[in-house]
Amino acid sequence: MQTNLSTLSRRDAVKAAAWALAAAAIAPRLAFADEKAVAAEIKKLYGDKPMASGKIKLDVPEIAENGLVVPINIEVESPMTDADYVKAVHVFAEGNPLPGVVSYQFTPACGKASAATRMRLAQTQDIICIAEMSNGALHTAKANIKVTIGGCGG
Amino acid sequence: MTTKPTPRVRVPAKAAAGEMIEIKTLISHEMESGQRKDAEGKTIPRKIINKFSASFNGKPIFSADWFSAISANPYQSFFFKATESGEFTFTWKDDDGSEYTSKNKLTVG
Repeated sequence: MQTNLSTLSRRDAVKAAAWALAAAAIAPRLAFADEKAVAAEIKKLYGDKPMASGKIKLDVPEIAENGLVVPINIEVESPMTDADYVKAVHVFAEGNPLPGVVSYQFTPACGKASAATRMRLAQTQDIICIAEMSNGALHTAKANIKVTIGGCGG
Repeated sequence: MTTKPTPRVRVPAKAAAGEMIEIKTLISHEMESGQRKDAEGKTIPRKIINKFSASFNGKPIFSADWFSAISANPYQSFFFKATESGEFTFTWKDDDGSEYTSKNKLTVG
């Protein structure tokens, strides 16, 4: 069967217009980073190296009432000796306009691979954390944060 | 008009050898993300502190690259294992090339 404009009922036309409006409403979202942008950033840093889970304690609120100031505390399990320490930790946000949040560089002098800061989140989203050990091993952790008021300003 | 960023650092003055101390830092800064638009719809250019670094007796101990997603008046805390007396130097690097520093002494014993 062939559908052409002349056979379209008025109801169909209204429906189509509604879909077009809905699509337009969703479109600005495309300006935000997504899993792909975060994956691309990670690939830039570490290529396709395998990543293990565990070792990372990602301490973030489940619900952030104010997206402008969301505390993030990270602790990576490590003896932090010259032979075995956490070299770097990267944090990415999947739902922000730009994927990068923070990158830490630790040394054995820290004694403990732990750091805390505050970040801006534009909307409810997943936060990805990657820890690079001194022997090159990679660990990853993920957390979902529900954001009540987005922190992206006007 | 923005005021000059002022760093504030909390480091214990004294620590026992081998003690793990927490260092807390805060600096006043707008951290303009470069994502916002002004009333005319023009993008407000990015101006953030993009790097925080800490060294002890001249030796780097910790650093952080901050991106647009870091909140205004950025806070950063981390740990340090005290082994000897000395001085910390904390440095914040601004997008406009300015550097803000704070020096704090630690006595071990």
